[in-house]
Amino acid sequence: MKVYLLCLGLFCIGLYCILRKRNIIKIILGFIIAEYAVNLFFILAAYRMEGRSPIFAPDAKIVNMVDALPQALVLTAIAIGLANVALLISIALRIYDKYGTFDITKIRELRG
Amino acid sequence: MNKTNEKGMSLIVKTITRLTVGIMLLYGIYIISHGHLTPGGGFAGGVIIALSFVNLMLAYGKEVTLKKLPKGVASFFEGMGAILFLGIALLGFTGGYFFFNFIAKGEPFRLFSAGIIPLFNIAISLKVGAGLFAIFISLVLLKIEAEKK
Amino acid sequence: MMQIYLLLGAMIVVAILAVELKDLLSSIVALGAVGLLLCIAFITLKAPDVAITQLVVEILCLIILIRATLKRDLPFSTTGRWFLNTLIAVIFISVFLLVAAKCLKDLPQFGYPIMRVAGTYLKEGMTKTGAANIVSSIELDYRAYDTLGEATVLFATVIGILAIVRKSGVKKEGEEDSEENE
Repeated sequence: MKVYLLCLGLFCIGLYCILRKRNIIKIILGFIIAEYAVNLFFILAAYRMEGRSPIFAPDAKIVNMVDALPQALVLTAIAIGLANVALLISIALRIYDKYGTFDITKIRELRG
Repeated sequence: MNKTNEKGMSLIVKTITRLTVGIMLLYGIYIISHGHLTPGGGFAGGVIIALSFVNLMLAYGKEVTLKKLPKGVASFFEGMGAILFLGIALLGFTGGYFFFNFIAKGEPFRLFSAGIIPLFNIAISLKVGAGLFAIFISLVLLKIEAEKK
Repeated sequence: MMQIYLLLGAMIVVAILAVELKDLLSSIVALGAVGLLLCIAFITLKAPDVAITQLVVEILCLIILIRATLKRDLPFSTTGRWFLNTLIAVIFISVFLLVAAKCLKDLPQFGYPIMRVAGTYLKEGMTKTGAANIVSSIELDYRAYDTLGEATVLFATVIGILAIVRKSGVKKEGEEDSEENE
């Protein structure tokens, strides 16, 4: 149970970074950290004591495999996370192009 | 960086890149084609292929890379990957339903086994590799345009 | 078991470093360290597919982030309502932690998952799909609609980025009044 709490702590660091920081790049960093924490939580929930990887071998019988379903879900989630990060960065670069800064409070001052 | 006004990085980086880019591409193809037997799969292999072209772009500058793989070709490959994926999924209607595994399973632990899974891996790798490379090209071109002002 | 605790502790320390460092390039490198530690944690938790994907995605993400922040002037501002902002953030996080700690009690114990669906997949996946890699067979055969959705999201993202960074059709400075109708 302590492992889950540590994972939640990692998520809270990302959440604090999103809520508190002013720089857009820092906000994106917090987003990425929170995403890592969620992925890690899924894989932690799938772990089995003394487990093996869910891949069969031709010459040995492998028993006691870990849960393979959350791994497939996380594989999809990582792909979507990368796409999200690229979209956020392109929006941030557009904002820098227009306002000349990454600071979100300055952006509010310039245009109503 | 160097005395002449060439684009890209120094001679050492260029030589190492020329030697290793082919190996990276080959490793990506290996990861894709063995996706149903060993760890890996379409997404990881596609990102490795995209990374080999990104490596080429970081070392040689954007002109050389865009001559090898223009942006239009990358967009075309991305659309082809999506159409291939949907087409194989639609072909499943010959056997019953969407995403039906209509090819013979074959013998396990061989390269040509598992029906449609290797074909899906190839389609996804085309889509992911070309799409991520297109994203990277767009971001680089935007950066250069913004600094010209 | 012990190495998972060590890896998680190191990840939390490096994540705090990534959040609090003043230099943006340093914090991006620290974020890369978090991603690589996460990759080692995935290998320790017996998920090699996810580890490979995380490794390559981390590298591409790092390249894009460094490309975005290089040669930019980046002021670090701490002015404004410092106290109020921190208070609101801390209140929000503590409410979240209370709810999450209540939910954590209902989870099965760590290391002993309830494999109601995945048990069937692990038992029959090899004979039904013919793929030795069970994760691949789940992703591309049993739950292929997931992958279809992922491909759709990726396609939409590429179209969105190409629309955001395009050159033509974007209003330039000072031309906003004259080209209002275009």
